Amino acid sequence: MKTLGKVFMGIVYAVLYAPLLVMVVFSFNGAKSTTTMNGFSFRWYANLFADRAMRGILANTLLVSVCAAVLATVLGVIAAYGIYRIRSKPLKSAVNTVTNIPLVNPDIITGVSLMLLFTFFGGLVLKRTAVLGFATLLIAHITFDTPYVILNVLPRLYGSDASLYEAAMDLGCTKTRAFWRVVFPGIVPGIFSGFIMAFTLSLDDFIISYYTNGHYNILATSLYTAVKKPISPEYYALYSLIFITIMLLLTAVNVLEIRSEKKKLK
Amino acid sequence: MKNGNIVELKNVTLSFDGEKILDSLDLSVRDGEFVTFLGRSGCGKTTTLRIIAGFLTPDEGDVFFDGVRINDVPPYKRPVNTIFQRYALFPHLNVFENVAFGLRVSKTPKEEIGPKVRDMLRLVNLEGYETRKVTKLSGGQQQRVAIARALVNRPKVLLLDEPLSALDAKLRKDMQVELKRIQRETGITFIFVTHDQEEALSMSDTVVVMENGKIQQIGAPVDIYNEPKNAFVADFIGESNIIDGIMNKDDTVTFAGHTFVCVDEGFAHDEPVDVVIRPEDVDIVPPSEGMVKGRITQATFKGDYYELIVDVRGFKWMVQTTDAYAEDQTIGIALDPDAIHVMHKSEFSGLYGDYSTFSDDMDGDPEADDEE
Amino acid sequence: MKSKSKRKISLGSVFINAPYFVWAALFIIIPLGVVLIYAFSDGEGGFTLSNMASLADYGGVILRSLWYSVLATVITLLIAYPFSYVVCRLRPASQKIANMFVTLPMWINLLIKTYCLSSLMDGNGLINQALAAIGFGRLSLMNNTGAVIFGMVYNYLPYMILPIYNVMSKIDVSLLEAAEDLGCSTAARVRRVVLPLTLPGIVSGIIMVFVPSVSTFYISAKMGGTGDFMIGDLIEGQIHNQNSNLPVAAALSTVLMAIILVSMLILNRFSKTDEGGSMLV
Repeated sequence: MKTLGKVFMGIVYAVLYAPLLVMVVFSFNGAKSTTTMNGFSFRWYANLFADRAMRGILANTLLVSVCAAVLATVLGVIAAYGIYRIRSKPLKSAVNTVTNIPLVNPDIITGVSLMLLFTFFGGLVLKRTAVLGFATLLIAHITFDTPYVILNVLPRLYGSDASLYEAAMDLGCTKTRAFWRVVFPGIVPGIFSGFIMAFTLSLDDFIISYYTNGHYNILATSLYTAVKKPISPEYYALYSLIFITIMLLLTAVNVLEIRSEKKKLK
Repeated sequence: MKNGNIVELKNVTLSFDGEKILDSLDLSVRDGEFVTFLGRSGCGKTTTLRIIAGFLTPDEGDVFFDGVRINDVPPYKRPVNTIFQRYALFPHLNVFENVAFGLRVSKTPKEEIGPKVRDMLRLVNLEGYETRKVTKLSGGQQQRVAIARALVNRPKVLLLDEPLSALDAKLRKDMQVELKRIQRETGITFIFVTHDQEEALSMSDTVVVMENGKIQQIGAPVDIYNEPKNAFVADFIGESNIIDGIMNKDDTVTFAGHTFVCVDEGFAHDEPVDVVIRPEDVDIVPPSEGMVKGRITQATFKGDYYELIVDVRGFKWMVQTTDAYAEDQTIGIALDPDAIHVMHKSEFSGLYGDYSTFSDDMDGDPEADDEE
Repeated sequence: MKSKSKRKISLGSVFINAPYFVWAALFIIIPLGVVLIYAFSDGEGGFTLSNMASLADYGGVILRSLWYSVLATVITLLIAYPFSYVVCRLRPASQKIANMFVTLPMWINLLIKTYCLSSLMDGNGLINQALAAIGFGRLSLMNNTGAVIFGMVYNYLPYMILPIYNVMSKIDVSLLEAAEDLGCSTAARVRRVVLPLTLPGIVSGIIMVFVPSVSTFYISAKMGGTGDFMIGDLIEGQIHNQNSNLPVAAALSTVLMAIILVSMLILNRFSKTDEGGSMLV
């Protein structure tokens, strides 16, 4: 029974990682193919950094993701604190339901609905047909990032000790000062994880971006164009770099956690 | 049933990570008995219970049930049931279904389940709670559900793992009485684990005192209290002054600079011994009439008595008395032969029974330490 | 005095809530309204059902999307559940590592994973090359329904494993011991205790897999045959092709939303009626 379980686990991991292994291996291909290996080379990695178009796309991607993550974090923290302070239960559950819409709705619907909104009001107000671009893309990203920030911050607020806030006011803090001195430090980890989540979601999203970017190309949308035809191993090289980086980061985090837990046991 | 023993452990040894938790343990439990494993956390009492339940298998030694070796019988095939420390009620089932759980698993006919469950709920005073959620019950009520859930299966032995430790003091007293009543009414053997000596003494037919993975003493509560076998038992059960002494000959022992008449016999000539004096057995007399003299260093009013710490030749005794004394007063101490209990020296000698560093804070709050 | 301070608080609340409320209204609620407007209006702003009626042609695609995604969700569940169970029985440190390797693929874009998967399974792909090398014939792994389902299961499996594992790993060991003590063998323990207690994880896993499955578009186009495309492919075509038809895309989106809404309601009811096992752990 135990070995059976281990074998089953092994098969699942093997299937899960086979395509990723293919990606990493073929990123070192000497030829421009993703099905036959032809010598070993770093040319796709070199290309990646030499390719002007790719550099532009990466710059666009970073710009959108960072802006979206920062703005979504600000909006999300304000929203979370607002929701936390709402007394009326029906209002609270209504707001929570609305916040959940982008989480539950398929990305394609979020994308289509925003695109229709932009074209509808673009035509109506701006009298223009081509409204899609950086601004609409950024709005779309903020919209789907914010709920994740709220979701990361709210539990911290509910978990915080209300008497700390009261104690701070008792010791002479104004409401604003009490918030910054006592409440805010308690939710910083939530804000941080919310920001990271928003940033990575923005980096990764292609469906919503695909409907709202117009001609403003970012990595995921150019990847979508690329995977429709035989792909350039350049993309393999880029995603291999991402894969390895994330693997190292996750490993480091886990090893540290396991170590500190072992220490605690002793 | 061979020799009336329902559970027997023979030479049971168990180690975790190279650390011996149980060290060649021998134990027999008679059918229908209320047995308590008493000891501090980490002494091996819960481990012993889990071996009987079947959650742990000993490295060495054998476990017998009704004379049959059951080392390799899984828990679900053993005719024993357990009350878990934090009850382990199934949160997805209501009170009725929690109690009915074992019956449903054993495919008891549907029409029998209802009456059996209701009988049990009556036994534990929970009639009318059938459809309640267990998560909404108080600690005491959850405790009762756990008892009903175990007993409805008519186990031959009920194992109770510190079942009262999560309850507050008042409820605990009530449940002690309740458990004793249920045990008498059902006639089922109870094996009860606790770190609370008062609980152990008041409920049990037999107390098994454990420490360092070994049984220190087995006996009726009165015997354990009056005739502790070593310094550990003497100190753990009630308060004790344990003083170094020399057993001159039968019925004569010297300690604290005085030779006393006692009632202990069978020691070697001039054998070094541990002498146990219970604080309530000390008579206070005027200094001139005392067998030994001491100076009171601390006097505390305890409600129904005073607790004195008395310096007798550098050794601090605890004395309990109903009369008021002042600190720094010198008193005389007299001891009846009955008040003196002499024990052989053991690995625990010198570790316990001295009140020189005593304070109420250090008396150790047994509820604070968790289970091993 | 009391009422004054109360009003102050609610004023502050209004102030602090304003930015998000405005944002949510503009970019969450109104867009959905715009979808409905497009779906139910003709070019001149009048009400019409003709867009919805035109979906009759796509009935087969809609049903197929439903069927594929249900199939993918069930298979994912059947893999994820025993997988989580095996992981839960590992030592805590090993559980962490096992979990990490479940999350890791989620960080890599679905498009490139799917592309790599198809490069393995293609007619001239790596698996067939390997088979040919050892003298076997080619397998037709791609461009069929099975490949589409496999592609979805492959991509969404972690989203099923994580919620189930999270709930399962929090089950108090003493509950399992209690069940064993009360006569349950391993199988009975899973059926009577583990399964009902993990129901919330199963429900959220189903949602997290079903929603992207039913709306998927690249996987079906890449892995499937000509008769395998799904609602997502349709919507994409109605928007990005030359002869784009936004009202039909909106109508299709409306149907997709309705499907999601109905399946959520069903799941909610399911998890609530089951002896209150919904939100317990």
